[in-house]
Amino acid sequence: MAASLALTQQPSFSTKLRKLAISQEGILLIAIIVLFVAVGAYNQRFLSANNLSSIFLGNAYIAVAAIGMSMVIISGNIDVSVGSLIGVLATISGTLAVNGWPLWLAWTIPILVGMAISAVNGWLVAYMRVPSIVVTLGMLSILKGGLISITAGAWINNLPDGFHLAQLRPLGVPMAVWFMIVLTILAAAWMRYSAFGRSIYAVGGNAEAARLAGIDRKRTVFIVFVIHGFFAGIAAILFATQLSVIQSTVPPNLELTVITASVVGGVSILGGTGTVVGSTLAAILIAAIGSSLVFINVSPYWLRAVQGLLILLTVLADLARRSKRARHR
Amino acid sequence: MLGNGQGRAIVPPHVREEIVGLDGVENLPKGPDKIGRGNDPTIRTQEDGQPCRRMGGLMEADAPLLRLEGIVKSFPGVRALRGVSFDVRPGEVHALLGENGAGKSTLIKVMSGVHQQDEGTLYVDGKPVRFTSPQEAQAAGIAAIYQELLLFPELTVAENVFMGHAPRLSWGGVDWATMRARTAEILHSLDIHDLDLDAPVGALSVGNRQRVEIAKALSMNARVLIMDEPTAALTEADVERLFGIVRRLRARGVGIIYISHRLVEIFDLADRVTVLRDGEYVATREVKDVTEPLLISMMVGRTIDQLYPHREPKPPGATLLEARSVAFPGTVEEASLTLRAGEIVGLAGLVGSGRSEFAQILFGITPASAGQILVDGKPVTIRSPSDAKRHGIAYVPEDRGIQGLIRPMRIRHNVSLAILDEISRFFFIDRNREQDLAKRDIARFSIRASSMDQVVGKLSGGNQQKVVLAKWLATKPRILILDEPTRGIDVGAKAEIHRIMSELAGQGLAILMISSELPEVLGMSDRVLVMREGRIVAGFDRAEATQEVIAGAMMRVVPAGMAA
Repeated sequence: MAASLALTQQPSFSTKLRKLAISQEGILLIAIIVLFVAVGAYNQRFLSANNLSSIFLGNAYIAVAAIGMSMVIISGNIDVSVGSLIGVLATISGTLAVNGWPLWLAWTIPILVGMAISAVNGWLVAYMRVPSIVVTLGMLSILKGGLISITAGAWINNLPDGFHLAQLRPLGVPMAVWFMIVLTILAAAWMRYSAFGRSIYAVGGNAEAARLAGIDRKRTVFIVFVIHGFFAGIAAILFATQLSVIQSTVPPNLELTVITASVVGGVSILGGTGTVVGSTLAAILIAAIGSSLVFINVSPYWLRAVQGLLILLTVLADLARRSKRARHR
Repeated sequence: MLGNGQGRAIVPPHVREEIVGLDGVENLPKGPDKIGRGNDPTIRTQEDGQPCRRMGGLMEADAPLLRLEGIVKSFPGVRALRGVSFDVRPGEVHALLGENGAGKSTLIKVMSGVHQQDEGTLYVDGKPVRFTSPQEAQAAGIAAIYQELLLFPELTVAENVFMGHAPRLSWGGVDWATMRARTAEILHSLDIHDLDLDAPVGALSVGNRQRVEIAKALSMNARVLIMDEPTAALTEADVERLFGIVRRLRARGVGIIYISHRLVEIFDLADRVTVLRDGEYVATREVKDVTEPLLISMMVGRTIDQLYPHREPKPPGATLLEARSVAFPGTVEEASLTLRAGEIVGLAGLVGSGRSEFAQILFGITPASAGQILVDGKPVTIRSPSDAKRHGIAYVPEDRGIQGLIRPMRIRHNVSLAILDEISRFFFIDRNREQDLAKRDIARFSIRASSMDQVVGKLSGGNQQKVVLAKWLATKPRILILDEPTRGIDVGAKAEIHRIMSELAGQGLAILMISSELPEVLGMSDRVLVMREGRIVAGFDRAEATQEVIAGAMMRVVPAGMAA
């Protein structure tokens, strides 16, 4: 019995390293490195600056959207409308720009609209107690249907010069990647060190106990949705400004890709656990896999199947970790 | 990552080897190897094996139906049973007694095939057997009724009784007529005539559902019936009927293993009693040869006087909390109380008397619909837990898992949860203060954990309860409401919580303790209030409070001596 108590010594550096390696973030990081090394060895063009830049530039918006999605899922909810929301916001941004609005408004108004729409979702979930899957499923159809009806899926061309924020390259790195990195770090710090971040975990882990501890769970959920709208807005701007045209439709299955990034990143679909660092790493991994399929001559249509496989592997890895921990008891 | 060099564990000052983690055992997940296999419906369809031993009045001489010898069962990190022997004879009620964590649940799970023993032997009718699934135990005539009834709420009474072993027609279809007829027959044999065979079980009262469970056991020709705290959720009338049924089964020659914490029931019903303590076999006695204090001292290994911390009676301080005729529709009719600094007030009452609901009004979980609450003599409005917290009230809820803990979070984060605002600066949590708090509380409450970063869901019940207590004491309350503070935790942790309670009272906190255990109420309280049907119906000073008067007030029985 004494053995189970004699744990007074400081965890050594190697213990910490081992802990990191078996964490979801550690596994994802290793997987990303292994993937780059392996595919790079097979075809060196995979590691060319051009390709790396296109992988990151083309997918950073997914990682940004997954930050907000992770917060929503950690709080015990979900948003299946995020893909439609990003489509709508990107279209708004492009339309404003084409119609001669100042660029800064074309970039910020969609973010505010995103927060407003997500606030509606959050209000229905938090204060009207409608399950988030139902609320956001409704919102998905409204946004998707509305967008197609109004724009008929037209392409937005002739975007003004300077609109393409995501393509700027401060220090040689695409702006979209800067957004991804900086927002991930800020959000990770917020989730981990702020009182509000803690209450998101608490509400997702046990809403009733959180309420008894004096946490306003309704307000917490509502604010989480508003923050999620903010990230969806930024994701939409990155999405809208990365190419020379915007197709005013909803990118197919975007919400599933975003949710996949969160789940593969280690966010429990039941709420209460997970990190945004994990979801960003997972978004990078998924993007890198998608690109590597081309380089190893596999049809990119396999990407969806690979995503599904990743989800299942994540769940299995989680189960394995849990049972290992259980044996340690 | 989160360790930050702080992941050290705290070795509790007084480690009691025999109790560490025992409590967690009963919550272990049942692996698929324990329940998943052997689902062969054919092994249970013997139709004619009626329990044939009629009572012949020779209970003493009868060979045991089921006998266990030297049962040892370990779970990772804990020895739940250390050489326990037990037997049950036809036509007897054999009570199994012990504190929570003593190993009762594990023992009955070994008997009923849910767990397999590591060492020792089970004998059925004198022949050694080994059950690898509950189905095998049922086939051998051993059925168990657990506290959580395992019924299908949407299905009817008859369907539930014959779930898994429905009588079949020649072509394999279900023989509904026989099923209903046999269900009716079984129910009538138990003197139950008021159950609609076609009613969905979900619509029945708890007492009726339990009768369905009993009928289900009998439909499988159970010769040994294990009942795990069958009266825990029953009304008084249902308890009476249950006793009638148990006596009837005994008269038919069924051997009954009866687990209850209510000693009164054991004296009322049982023929023999076996006591377990910390996984060890203590003794088996004839009920007629034992007394209540003797049983208690066998259970706890100490006498009751030694069990509770000795507190010098001192004059209570100022009134901190006063409730005047507060009410909540449907649960609390009208309840008043005063709590003074430095005193522990026990609140007794049966389940359903409104005592927890009263506490939840005081803490703002369900705000009062009428009445007035005063803190320090001033009327206050308490409409949410945050309001109550602001007025210096803390509440340790009855159900740790549902209301007390964020199970996926670490100890450190649970302990600081109620004071996040206080330890934050500019939105961010002061991690040093949080760590100091967690370290201090782990030491102060002897929380047994590998580190303050351990996830609380993995702690034993007693340690989880200490985390909840630590969380609330971090708010520096002046008024502490404890709802069943020691339910489901092991003896050692219980004693520690009692010690903490007396210390807190000594420091001038006003404590309201709700408890179903009368010895605890008597052992800890300066005053005892009794609730019944949503009202405070009686109050006793420490000197006048006895088990008898309190139980009498709880159940509206005028104690002998005060009658007439």
